[in-house]
Amino acid sequence: MRAERPSLVDPWPLRIIAGLLIFAFVALFLALPLWTLFAQAFAKGTEAYLRAIDEPAAWSAIKLTLTVAAIAVPLNVVFGLAASWAIAKFQFRGKQLLTTLIDLPFSISPVISGLVFVLLFGLQGWLGPWLRAHDIQVIFALPGIVLATVLVTFPFVARELIPVMEAQGTQEEEAARLLGASGWQTFRRVTLPNVKWGLLYGVLLCNARAMGEFGAVSVVSGHVRGRTNTMPLHVEILYNEYNLTAAFAVASLLALLALATLAAKAALEWRGRTEIAS
Amino acid sequence: MTLALDTTPRVRRTRVLPGFRLTLGITLAWLSAIVLIPMIALVSRAAGVGFDGLIATATDPRVLASFRITFGASLIAAAINLVFGSLLAWALVRWRFPGRRLLDGFVDLPFALPTAVAGIALTTLWAKHGLLGSIAEAQGWRVAFAPPGIAIALVFIGLPFVVRTVQPVLEELEPELEEAAALLGASRLQTIGRVVLPELIPALLTGFTLAFARAVGEYGSVIFIAGNRPGQTEIVPLLIVTKLEQYDYAGAAALAVLMLAVSFVMLLAINLLQTWATRRHAR
Repeated sequence: MRAERPSLVDPWPLRIIAGLLIFAFVALFLALPLWTLFAQAFAKGTEAYLRAIDEPAAWSAIKLTLTVAAIAVPLNVVFGLAASWAIAKFQFRGKQLLTTLIDLPFSISPVISGLVFVLLFGLQGWLGPWLRAHDIQVIFALPGIVLATVLVTFPFVARELIPVMEAQGTQEEEAARLLGASGWQTFRRVTLPNVKWGLLYGVLLCNARAMGEFGAVSVVSGHVRGRTNTMPLHVEILYNEYNLTAAFAVASLLALLALATLAAKAALEWRGRTEIAS
Repeated sequence: MTLALDTTPRVRRTRVLPGFRLTLGITLAWLSAIVLIPMIALVSRAAGVGFDGLIATATDPRVLASFRITFGASLIAAAINLVFGSLLAWALVRWRFPGRRLLDGFVDLPFALPTAVAGIALTTLWAKHGLLGSIAEAQGWRVAFAPPGIAIALVFIGLPFVVRTVQPVLEELEPELEEAAALLGASRLQTIGRVVLPELIPALLTGFTLAFARAVGEYGSVIFIAGNRPGQTEIVPLLIVTKLEQYDYAGAAALAVLMLAVSFVMLLAINLLQTWATRRHAR
Protein backbone atom coordinates (compact mmCIF):
# COMPACT_ATOMS: atom_id res chain seq x y z
CA MET A 1 0.00 0.00 0.00
CA ARG A 2 2.74 2.36 1.00
CA ALA A 3 4.88 1.53 -1.99
CA GLU A 4 2.13 2.90 -4.20
CA ARG A 5 2.48 6.40 -2.78
CA PRO A 6 4.77 8.04 -5.33
CA SER A 7 6.50 10.47 -2.97
CA LEU A 8 7.51 7.59 -0.66
CA VAL A 9 9.35 5.61 -3.32
CA ASP A 10 13.11 5.79 -2.90
CA PRO A 11 14.94 6.87 -6.08
CA TRP A 12 16.69 4.06 -7.97
CA PRO A 13 20.33 5.03 -7.30
CA LEU A 14 19.57 5.04 -3.59
CA ARG A 15 17.85 1.67 -3.83
CA ILE A 16 20.69 0.09 -5.75
CA ILE A 17 23.42 1.29 -3.37
CA ALA A 18 21.46 0.40 -0.24
CA GLY A 19 20.33 -2.90 -1.78
CA LEU A 20 23.89 -3.94 -2.60
CA LEU A 21 25.07 -3.04 0.90
CA ILE A 22 22.24 -5.07 2.45
CA PHE A 23 22.91 -8.00 0.13
CA ALA A 24 26.60 -8.04 0.99
CA PHE A 25 25.88 -7.77 4.70
CA VAL A 26 23.29 -10.56 4.73
CA ALA A 27 25.51 -12.81 2.63
CA LEU A 28 28.55 -12.19 4.82
CA PHE A 29 26.94 -12.41 8.23
CA LEU A 30 23.91 -14.69 7.82
CA ALA A 31 23.98 -16.78 4.65
CA LEU A 32 27.65 -17.78 4.47
CA PRO A 33 27.92 -18.92 8.11
CA LEU A 34 24.82 -21.09 7.65
CA TRP A 35 26.16 -22.46 4.38
CA THR A 36 29.57 -23.22 5.99
CA LEU A 37 27.79 -25.15 8.70
CA PHE A 38 26.10 -27.61 6.38
CA ALA A 39 28.98 -27.72 3.88
CA GLN A 40 31.38 -28.76 6.65
CA ALA A 41 28.93 -31.29 8.08
CA PHE A 42 28.61 -33.05 4.72
CA ALA A 43 32.21 -32.41 3.59
CA LYS A 44 33.08 -36.12 3.87
CA GLY A 45 29.79 -37.42 2.56
CA THR A 46 26.51 -38.52 4.01
CA GLU A 47 27.95 -41.69 5.49
CA ALA A 48 30.54 -39.84 7.58
CA TYR A 49 27.79 -37.45 8.64
CA LEU A 50 25.53 -40.24 9.87
CA ARG A 51 28.43 -42.04 11.55
CA ALA A 52 29.30 -38.85 13.46
CA ILE A 53 25.79 -38.63 14.86
CA ASP A 54 25.21 -42.34 15.44
CA GLU A 55 27.77 -42.64 18.20
CA PRO A 56 27.25 -43.21 21.97
CA ALA A 57 28.61 -39.84 23.15
CA ALA A 58 26.48 -37.98 20.59
CA TRP A 59 23.38 -39.95 21.56
CA SER A 60 23.88 -39.29 25.26
CA ALA A 61 24.33 -35.57 24.49
CA ILE A 62 21.10 -35.57 22.48
CA LYS A 63 19.29 -37.40 25.27
CA LEU A 64 20.57 -35.00 27.92
CA THR A 65 19.60 -31.96 25.86
CA LEU A 66 16.07 -33.33 25.37
CA THR A 67 15.79 -34.17 29.08
CA VAL A 68 16.92 -30.71 30.17
CA ALA A 69 14.46 -29.01 27.80
CA ALA A 70 11.67 -31.37 28.88
CA ILE A 71 12.15 -30.25 32.49
CA ALA A 72 13.04 -26.57 32.04
CA VAL A 73 10.40 -25.59 29.47
CA PRO A 74 7.31 -26.84 31.40
CA LEU A 75 8.63 -25.17 34.58
CA ASN A 76 8.88 -21.86 32.76
CA VAL A 77 5.45 -22.37 31.17
CA VAL A 78 3.83 -22.75 34.61
CA PHE A 79 5.74 -19.73 35.84
CA GLY A 80 4.94 -17.72 32.71
CA LEU A 81 1.21 -18.42 32.99
CA ALA A 82 1.14 -17.53 36.69
CA ALA A 83 3.20 -14.36 36.24
CA SER A 84 1.22 -13.10 33.25
CA TRP A 85 -2.11 -13.80 35.02
CA ALA A 86 -1.04 -11.83 38.10
CA ILE A 87 0.55 -8.99 36.13
CA ALA A 88 -1.98 -8.61 33.30
CA LYS A 89 -5.24 -9.16 35.15
CA PHE A 90 -4.64 -7.29 38.42
CA GLN A 91 -3.45 -3.90 39.58
CA PHE A 92 -0.95 -3.86 42.41
CA ARG A 93 1.94 -1.86 43.69
CA GLY A 94 5.41 -2.81 42.52
CA LYS A 95 4.16 -4.24 39.22
CA GLN A 96 6.74 -2.31 37.22
CA LEU A 97 9.53 -3.57 39.46
CA LEU A 98 8.27 -7.15 39.12
CA THR A 99 8.24 -6.89 35.32
CA THR A 100 11.78 -5.51 35.34
CA LEU A 101 12.97 -8.33 37.60
CA ILE A 102 11.39 -10.93 35.30
CA ASP A 103 13.29 -9.41 32.36
CA LEU A 104 16.55 -9.32 34.32
CA PRO A 105 17.95 -12.68 33.05
CA PHE A 106 17.93 -11.29 29.49
CA SER A 107 20.50 -8.68 30.38
CA ILE A 108 22.84 -10.96 32.31
CA SER A 109 25.79 -12.65 30.64
CA PRO A 110 25.09 -16.40 30.32
CA VAL A 111 28.36 -17.06 32.11
CA ILE A 112 27.04 -15.19 35.16
CA SER A 113 23.79 -17.21 34.99
CA GLY A 114 25.91 -20.34 35.46
CA LEU A 115 28.28 -18.78 37.98
CA VAL A 116 25.54 -17.88 40.47
CA PHE A 117 24.61 -21.56 40.86
CA VAL A 118 28.23 -22.57 41.35
CA LEU A 119 28.43 -19.96 44.12
CA LEU A 120 25.27 -21.43 45.72
CA PHE A 121 25.76 -25.16 45.24
CA GLY A 122 29.47 -25.59 44.43
CA LEU A 123 31.90 -27.14 46.90
CA GLN A 124 32.89 -23.72 48.28
CA GLY A 125 29.34 -22.42 47.83
CA TRP A 126 26.71 -21.50 50.44
CA LEU A 127 25.04 -24.90 50.39
CA GLY A 128 28.09 -26.86 49.23
CA PRO A 129 29.09 -28.46 52.58
CA TRP A 130 25.50 -29.45 53.39
CA LEU A 131 24.96 -30.98 49.94
CA ARG A 132 28.24 -32.87 50.24
CA ALA A 133 27.28 -34.21 53.68
CA HIS A 134 24.02 -35.52 52.23
CA ASP A 135 25.69 -36.81 49.10
CA ILE A 136 23.59 -34.68 46.71
CA GLN A 137 25.24 -33.42 43.58
CA VAL A 138 23.86 -30.29 41.94
CA ILE A 139 26.82 -28.75 40.15
CA PHE A 140 28.43 -30.94 37.47
CA ALA A 141 25.17 -32.89 37.33
CA LEU A 142 21.69 -32.73 35.83
CA PRO A 143 20.09 -30.46 38.51
CA GLY A 144 22.71 -27.75 37.96
CA ILE A 145 22.28 -27.88 34.18
CA VAL A 146 18.50 -27.63 34.56
CA LEU A 147 18.77 -24.70 37.00
CA ALA A 148 21.10 -22.75 34.72
CA THR A 149 18.82 -23.43 31.73
CA VAL A 150 15.73 -22.32 33.68
CA LEU A 151 17.45 -19.06 34.66
CA VAL A 152 18.57 -18.31 31.11
CA THR A 153 15.11 -19.02 29.62
CA PHE A 154 13.23 -17.49 32.55
CA PRO A 155 11.57 -14.48 30.83
CA PHE A 156 10.61 -16.08 27.47
CA VAL A 157 7.08 -17.37 28.16
CA ALA A 158 6.03 -14.62 30.59
CA ARG A 159 7.27 -11.94 28.22
CA GLU A 160 5.19 -13.21 25.29
CA LEU A 161 2.08 -13.76 27.41
CA ILE A 162 1.90 -10.49 29.40
CA PRO A 163 1.14 -8.19 26.42
CA VAL A 164 -1.35 -10.69 24.94
CA MET A 165 -3.23 -11.02 28.23
CA GLU A 166 -3.13 -7.28 28.82
CA ALA A 167 -4.55 -6.56 25.38
CA GLN A 168 -7.33 -9.02 26.03
CA GLY A 169 -8.48 -7.30 29.22
CA THR A 170 -10.55 -8.87 31.99
CA GLN A 171 -14.14 -8.52 30.76
CA GLU A 172 -14.50 -11.99 29.27
CA GLU A 173 -13.17 -13.64 32.42
CA GLU A 174 -15.39 -11.49 34.61
CA ALA A 175 -18.43 -12.50 32.54
CA ALA A 176 -17.50 -16.17 32.86
CA ARG A 177 -17.16 -15.80 36.62
CA LEU A 178 -20.48 -14.02 36.96
CA LEU A 179 -22.13 -16.78 34.92
CA GLY A 180 -20.91 -19.24 37.54
CA ALA A 181 -17.71 -20.69 36.12
CA SER A 182 -15.06 -21.68 38.65
CA GLY A 183 -11.66 -20.01 38.56
CA TRP A 184 -10.03 -23.01 36.87
CA GLN A 185 -12.89 -23.29 34.32
CA THR A 186 -12.55 -19.60 33.51
CA PHE A 187 -8.85 -19.99 32.92
CA ARG A 188 -9.14 -23.17 30.85
CA ARG A 189 -12.18 -22.25 28.73
CA VAL A 190 -11.80 -18.46 28.37
CA THR A 191 -8.22 -17.32 28.97
CA LEU A 192 -6.25 -20.22 27.54
CA PRO A 193 -7.98 -20.28 24.10
CA ASN A 194 -7.39 -16.54 23.85
CA VAL A 195 -3.67 -16.70 24.55
CA LYS A 196 -2.80 -20.05 22.98
CA TRP A 197 -0.81 -18.64 20.04
CA GLY A 198 1.15 -16.30 22.27
CA LEU A 199 1.84 -19.21 24.59
CA LEU A 200 3.00 -21.43 21.74
CA TYR A 201 5.26 -18.63 20.50
CA GLY A 202 6.82 -18.27 23.94
CA VAL A 203 7.29 -22.04 24.28
CA LEU A 204 9.02 -22.20 20.88
CA LEU A 205 11.53 -19.47 21.73
CA CYS A 206 12.05 -20.88 25.24
CA ASN A 207 12.69 -24.36 23.85
CA ALA A 208 15.13 -23.16 21.19
CA ARG A 209 17.17 -21.33 23.79
CA ALA A 210 16.95 -24.19 26.32
CA MET A 211 18.34 -26.69 23.81
CA GLY A 212 20.98 -24.35 22.46
CA GLU A 213 22.27 -22.68 25.64
CA PHE A 214 26.03 -22.85 25.87
CA GLY A 215 27.64 -20.36 28.28
CA ALA A 216 25.55 -20.95 31.40
CA VAL A 217 25.47 -24.72 30.95
CA SER A 218 29.17 -24.84 30.21
CA VAL A 219 29.94 -23.29 33.61
CA VAL A 220 27.84 -25.75 35.64
CA SER A 221 28.25 -28.93 33.60
CA GLY A 222 31.82 -30.03 34.25
CA HIS A 223 31.99 -31.47 30.70
CA VAL A 224 31.84 -35.14 31.66
CA ARG A 225 31.66 -36.92 28.32
CA GLY A 226 28.63 -39.17 28.00
CA ARG A 227 27.20 -37.85 31.28
CA THR A 228 26.91 -34.08 31.59
CA ASN A 229 27.51 -33.00 28.00
CA THR A 230 24.60 -31.34 26.27
CA MET A 231 24.63 -31.05 22.47
CA PRO A 232 26.27 -27.58 22.34
CA LEU A 233 28.96 -28.74 24.78
CA HIS A 234 29.50 -31.90 22.74
CA VAL A 235 29.99 -29.70 19.66
CA GLU A 236 32.64 -27.71 21.52
CA ILE A 237 34.57 -30.82 22.59
CA LEU A 238 34.52 -32.35 19.10
CA TYR A 239 35.62 -29.03 17.61
CA ASN A 240 38.49 -28.66 20.07
CA GLU A 241 39.60 -32.22 19.21
CA TYR A 242 39.76 -31.12 15.53
CA ASN A 243 37.03 -33.62 14.72
CA LEU A 244 35.40 -31.07 12.43
CA THR A 245 33.03 -33.33 10.52
CA ALA A 246 31.53 -34.69 13.74
CA ALA A 247 31.38 -31.24 15.37
CA PHE A 248 29.54 -29.76 12.38
CA ALA A 249 27.30 -32.81 12.06
CA VAL A 250 26.01 -32.42 15.61
CA ALA A 251 25.91 -28.63 15.11
CA SER A 252 23.79 -29.12 11.98
CA LEU A 253 21.14 -30.87 14.10
CA LEU A 254 20.99 -27.78 16.31
CA ALA A 255 20.88 -25.58 13.21
CA LEU A 256 17.93 -27.60 11.89
CA LEU A 257 16.18 -27.04 15.20
CA ALA A 258 16.84 -23.30 14.83
CA LEU A 259 15.50 -23.25 11.26
CA ALA A 260 12.40 -25.20 12.31
CA THR A 261 11.86 -22.71 15.13
CA LEU A 262 12.13 -19.80 12.69
CA ALA A 263 9.67 -21.46 10.28
CA ALA A 264 7.15 -22.13 13.05
CA LYS A 265 7.59 -18.58 14.32
CA ALA A 266 6.89 -17.16 10.85
CA ALA A 267 3.82 -19.39 10.53
CA LEU A 268 2.52 -18.21 13.90
CA GLU A 269 3.10 -14.55 13.03
CA TRP A 270 1.32 -15.01 9.72
CA ARG A 271 -1.57 -16.70 11.49
CA GLY A 272 -1.75 -13.86 14.02
CA ARG A 273 -1.88 -11.30 11.22
CA THR A 274 -4.66 -13.05 9.30
CA GLU A 275 -6.67 -13.52 12.48
CA ILE A 276 -6.50 -9.81 13.20
CA ALA A 277 -7.39 -9.01 9.59
CA SER A 278 -10.48 -11.25 9.54
CA MET B 1 -23.13 10.13 49.19
CA THR B 2 -21.06 10.38 46.05
CA LEU B 3 -18.03 9.31 48.04
CA ALA B 4 -19.70 6.10 49.16
CA LEU B 5 -20.80 5.31 45.63
CA ASP B 6 -17.36 5.99 44.41
CA THR B 7 -15.38 3.74 46.71
CA THR B 8 -17.35 0.57 47.34
CA PRO B 9 -17.66 -0.86 43.82
CA ARG B 10 -13.99 -0.38 43.09
CA VAL B 11 -12.93 -2.54 46.01
CA ARG B 12 -15.21 -5.37 44.90
CA ARG B 13 -14.28 -5.09 41.26
CA THR B 14 -10.68 -6.12 41.71
CA ARG B 15 -11.73 -9.36 43.36
CA VAL B 16 -14.07 -10.72 40.68
CA LEU B 17 -11.25 -12.69 39.14
CA PRO B 18 -9.72 -15.38 41.34
CA GLY B 19 -6.17 -16.54 41.72
CA PHE B 20 -4.36 -13.28 42.39
CA ARG B 21 -2.67 -14.52 45.55
CA LEU B 22 -1.93 -17.94 44.12
CA THR B 23 -0.38 -16.70 40.88
CA LEU B 24 1.51 -13.83 42.49
CA GLY B 25 2.73 -16.31 45.12
CA ILE B 26 4.01 -18.74 42.46
CA THR B 27 5.62 -15.86 40.57
CA LEU B 28 7.41 -14.44 43.60
CA ALA B 29 8.52 -17.85 44.89
CA TRP B 30 9.90 -18.92 41.51
CA LEU B 31 11.51 -15.52 40.89
CA SER B 32 13.20 -15.68 44.30
CA ALA B 33 14.42 -19.25 43.88
CA ILE B 34 15.77 -18.89 40.35
CA VAL B 35 16.80 -15.24 40.08
CA LEU B 36 16.89 -13.29 43.34
CA ILE B 37 18.56 -15.71 45.78
CA PRO B 38 21.30 -16.68 43.29
CA MET B 39 21.93 -12.98 42.59
CA ILE B 40 22.15 -12.26 46.32
CA ALA B 41 24.63 -15.12 46.67
CA LEU B 42 26.69 -13.55 43.89
CA VAL B 43 26.66 -10.05 45.36
CA SER B 44 27.45 -11.25 48.88
CA ARG B 45 30.35 -13.35 47.60
CA ALA B 46 31.69 -10.33 45.76
CA ALA B 47 31.16 -8.18 48.87
CA GLY B 48 33.39 -10.67 50.70
CA VAL B 49 36.43 -9.28 48.89
CA GLY B 50 35.56 -5.79 50.19
CA PHE B 51 35.60 -2.47 48.39
CA ASP B 52 39.39 -2.43 48.12
CA GLY B 53 39.35 -5.94 46.73
CA LEU B 54 36.80 -4.91 44.11
CA ILE B 55 38.97 -1.96 43.09
CA ALA B 56 42.03 -4.21 43.00
CA THR B 57 40.16 -6.66 40.75
CA ALA B 58 38.95 -3.88 38.47
CA THR B 59 42.39 -2.34 38.05
CA ASP B 60 44.30 -5.57 37.45
CA PRO B 61 46.02 -5.15 34.05
CA ARG B 62 44.62 -8.42 32.66
CA VAL B 63 41.09 -7.46 33.77
CA LEU B 64 41.45 -3.95 32.36
CA ALA B 65 42.65 -5.35 29.04
CA SER B 66 39.70 -7.75 28.89
CA PHE B 67 37.25 -4.94 29.64
CA ARG B 68 38.85 -2.86 26.93
CA ILE B 69 38.58 -5.59 24.29
CA THR B 70 35.05 -6.59 25.36
CA PHE B 71 33.64 -3.06 25.32
CA GLY B 72 35.66 -1.96 22.30
CA ALA B 73 34.57 -4.88 20.14
CA SER B 74 30.97 -4.57 21.40
CA LEU B 75 30.87 -0.85 20.53
CA ILE B 76 32.20 -1.46 17.02
CA ALA B 77 29.81 -4.36 16.47
CA ALA B 78 26.82 -2.38 17.74
CA ALA B 79 27.76 0.54 15.48
CA ILE B 80 27.98 -1.75 12.43
CA ASN B 81 24.62 -3.25 13.39
CA LEU B 82 23.14 0.22 13.79
CA VAL B 83 23.98 1.11 10.20
CA PHE B 84 23.17 -2.18 8.47
CA GLY B 85 20.34 -3.12 10.81
CA SER B 86 18.45 0.09 10.09
CA LEU B 87 19.10 -0.25 6.34
CA LEU B 88 17.72 -3.77 6.55
CA ALA B 89 14.69 -2.63 8.54
CA TRP B 90 14.08 0.11 5.98
CA ALA B 91 14.19 -2.35 3.09
CA LEU B 92 11.92 -4.83 4.88
CA VAL B 93 9.28 -2.19 5.65
CA ARG B 94 9.44 0.05 2.59
CA TRP B 95 10.49 -2.06 -0.33
CA ARG B 96 8.62 -4.87 -2.05
CA PHE B 97 10.93 -7.51 -3.50
CA PRO B 98 10.82 -11.26 -3.99
CA GLY B 99 12.04 -13.12 -0.93
CA ARG B 100 11.18 -10.28 1.42
CA ARG B 101 9.22 -12.51 3.81
CA LEU B 102 12.01 -15.08 3.79
CA LEU B 103 14.58 -12.40 4.60
CA ASP B 104 12.33 -11.07 7.35
CA GLY B 105 12.27 -14.49 9.02
CA PHE B 106 15.97 -15.04 8.37
CA VAL B 107 16.90 -11.92 10.36
CA ASP B 108 16.05 -13.82 13.55
CA LEU B 109 18.59 -16.56 12.79
CA PRO B 110 21.09 -15.25 15.36
CA PHE B 111 18.33 -15.44 18.01
CA ALA B 112 17.52 -19.04 17.17
CA LEU B 113 20.94 -20.48 16.32
CA PRO B 114 22.84 -21.73 19.39
CA THR B 115 25.84 -19.50 20.05
CA ALA B 116 28.37 -22.34 19.97
CA VAL B 117 27.11 -23.39 16.53
CA ALA B 118 27.43 -19.82 15.27
CA GLY B 119 30.89 -19.68 16.84
CA ILE B 120 32.34 -22.70 15.04
CA ALA B 121 30.73 -21.72 11.72
CA LEU B 122 32.12 -18.17 11.85
CA THR B 123 35.54 -19.42 12.91
CA THR B 124 35.75 -21.91 10.05
CA LEU B 125 34.59 -19.25 7.61
CA TRP B 126 37.14 -16.66 8.74
CA ALA B 127 40.09 -18.92 9.64
CA LYS B 128 43.26 -18.73 7.55
CA HIS B 129 42.12 -21.43 5.13
CA GLY B 130 38.44 -20.59 5.32
CA LEU B 131 36.38 -19.21 2.44
CA LEU B 132 36.52 -15.57 3.61
CA GLY B 133 39.57 -15.90 5.84
CA SER B 134 41.81 -16.82 2.88
CA ILE B 135 40.65 -13.70 1.01
CA ALA B 136 41.32 -11.52 4.04
CA GLU B 137 44.69 -13.20 4.60
CA ALA B 138 45.70 -12.39 1.02
CA GLN B 139 45.08 -8.72 1.84
CA GLY B 140 47.20 -9.12 4.95
CA TRP B 141 44.27 -8.95 7.37
CA ARG B 142 44.03 -11.28 10.30
CA VAL B 143 40.38 -11.88 11.23
CA ALA B 144 39.96 -15.13 13.18
CA PHE B 145 41.94 -15.38 16.43
CA ALA B 146 42.31 -11.58 16.44
CA PRO B 147 40.14 -8.64 17.59
CA PRO B 148 38.27 -8.29 14.22
CA GLY B 149 37.02 -11.86 14.67
CA ILE B 150 35.47 -10.94 18.02
CA ALA B 151 33.68 -8.01 16.42
CA ILE B 152 32.38 -10.23 13.60
CA ALA B 153 30.87 -12.74 16.05
CA LEU B 154 29.27 -9.85 17.97
CA VAL B 155 27.83 -8.34 14.78
CA PHE B 156 26.21 -11.71 14.08
CA ILE B 157 24.53 -12.06 17.46
CA GLY B 158 23.49 -8.39 17.75
CA LEU B 159 21.87 -7.90 14.34
CA PRO B 160 18.24 -8.83 15.20
CA PHE B 161 18.13 -6.35 18.08
CA VAL B 162 18.50 -3.28 15.86
CA VAL B 163 16.24 -4.60 13.09
CA ARG B 164 13.49 -5.66 15.48
CA THR B 165 13.43 -2.35 17.37
CA VAL B 166 13.55 -0.10 14.30
CA GLN B 167 11.12 -2.12 12.15
CA PRO B 168 7.89 -1.55 14.17
CA VAL B 169 8.59 2.19 14.50
CA LEU B 170 9.08 2.47 10.74
CA GLU B 171 5.83 0.59 10.17
CA GLU B 172 3.97 3.03 12.45
CA LEU B 173 5.50 6.11 10.84
CA GLU B 174 2.82 8.23 9.20
CA PRO B 175 3.48 8.51 5.44
CA GLU B 176 1.81 11.95 5.38
CA LEU B 177 4.90 13.44 7.02
CA GLU B 178 7.13 12.36 4.18
CA GLU B 179 4.57 13.35 1.56
CA ALA B 180 4.33 16.82 3.05
CA ALA B 181 8.12 17.12 2.94
CA ALA B 182 8.17 15.96 -0.67
CA LEU B 183 5.39 18.41 -1.63
CA LEU B 184 7.31 21.23 0.04
CA GLY B 185 10.18 20.50 -2.30
CA ALA B 186 12.53 18.35 -0.24
CA SER B 187 14.54 15.73 -2.10
CA ARG B 188 14.16 12.11 -1.02
CA LEU B 189 17.50 12.14 0.82
CA GLN B 190 16.57 15.39 2.57
CA THR B 191 13.24 13.88 3.63
CA ILE B 192 14.94 10.79 5.03
CA GLY B 193 17.64 12.80 6.78
CA ARG B 194 15.49 15.62 8.17
CA VAL B 195 12.05 14.04 8.63
CA VAL B 196 12.38 10.27 9.02
CA LEU B 197 15.68 9.99 10.87
CA PRO B 198 14.75 12.29 13.79
CA GLU B 199 11.60 10.20 14.33
CA LEU B 200 13.72 7.06 14.46
CA ILE B 201 16.38 8.27 16.87
CA PRO B 202 14.89 6.75 20.06
CA ALA B 203 14.41 3.38 18.35
CA LEU B 204 17.91 3.51 16.87
CA LEU B 205 19.45 4.28 20.24
CA THR B 206 17.43 1.54 21.94
CA GLY B 207 18.44 -1.00 19.30
CA PHE B 208 22.07 0.06 19.56
CA THR B 209 22.03 -0.26 23.36
CA LEU B 210 20.32 -3.67 23.25
CA ALA B 211 22.84 -4.98 20.72
CA PHE B 212 25.69 -3.52 22.76
CA ALA B 213 24.40 -4.99 26.05
CA ARG B 214 24.01 -8.42 24.48
CA ALA B 215 27.48 -8.22 22.93
CA VAL B 216 29.16 -7.38 26.24
CA GLY B 217 27.85 -10.54 27.89
CA GLU B 218 28.28 -12.85 24.90
CA TYR B 219 30.40 -15.94 25.42
CA GLY B 220 29.55 -18.92 23.19
CA SER B 221 30.08 -17.44 19.75
CA VAL B 222 33.15 -15.41 20.72
CA ILE B 223 35.40 -17.94 22.46
CA PHE B 224 35.88 -20.02 19.32
CA ILE B 225 36.91 -17.15 17.05
CA ALA B 226 38.74 -14.99 19.60
CA GLY B 227 41.92 -16.98 20.12
CA ASN B 228 41.66 -16.12 23.85
CA ARG B 229 45.16 -14.76 24.42
CA PRO B 230 45.26 -13.05 27.85
CA GLY B 231 45.55 -9.29 27.54
CA GLN B 232 44.87 -9.32 23.79
CA THR B 233 41.82 -11.31 22.77
CA GLU B 234 40.44 -12.43 26.13
CA ILE B 235 36.87 -11.24 26.81
CA VAL B 236 35.49 -10.60 30.31
CA PRO B 237 33.05 -13.58 30.38
CA LEU B 238 35.94 -15.89 29.50
CA LEU B 239 38.05 -14.37 32.28
CA ILE B 240 35.21 -15.16 34.71
CA VAL B 241 35.22 -18.79 33.55
CA THR B 242 39.01 -18.93 33.87
CA LYS B 243 38.87 -17.62 37.44
CA LEU B 244 36.16 -20.15 38.25
CA GLU B 245 38.26 -22.99 36.85
CA GLN B 246 41.10 -21.88 39.14
CA TYR B 247 38.63 -22.03 42.08
CA ASP B 248 38.96 -18.26 42.54
CA TYR B 249 35.26 -17.93 43.37
CA ALA B 250 35.61 -14.48 44.97
CA GLY B 251 37.51 -13.11 41.97
CA ALA B 252 34.94 -14.51 39.55
CA ALA B 253 32.10 -13.06 41.64
CA ALA B 254 33.79 -9.64 41.80
CA LEU B 255 34.21 -9.55 38.03
CA ALA B 256 30.61 -10.67 37.54
CA VAL B 257 29.34 -7.89 39.81
CA LEU B 258 31.37 -5.32 37.88
CA MET B 259 29.76 -6.59 34.66
CA LEU B 260 26.31 -6.56 36.27
CA ALA B 261 26.80 -2.95 37.33
CA VAL B 262 27.55 -2.04 33.73
CA SER B 263 24.50 -4.01 32.47
CA PHE B 264 22.34 -2.32 35.06
CA VAL B 265 23.40 1.14 33.90
CA MET B 266 22.61 0.14 30.31
CA LEU B 267 19.22 -1.27 31.29
CA LEU B 268 18.47 2.03 32.99
CA ALA B 269 19.54 3.89 29.86
CA ILE B 270 17.17 1.76 27.75
CA ASN B 271 14.27 2.49 30.09
CA LEU B 272 14.99 6.22 30.06
CA LEU B 273 15.21 6.14 26.27
CA GLN B 274 11.84 4.47 26.06
CA THR B 275 10.22 6.98 28.40
CA TRP B 276 11.75 9.74 26.31
CA ALA B 277 10.39 8.14 23.14
CA THR B 278 6.83 7.81 24.49
CA ARG B 279 6.90 11.37 25.72
CA ARG B 280 8.07 12.62 22.34
CA HIS B 281 5.25 10.71 20.75
CA ALA B 282 2.67 12.12 23.11
CA ARG B 283 3.79 15.65 22.40
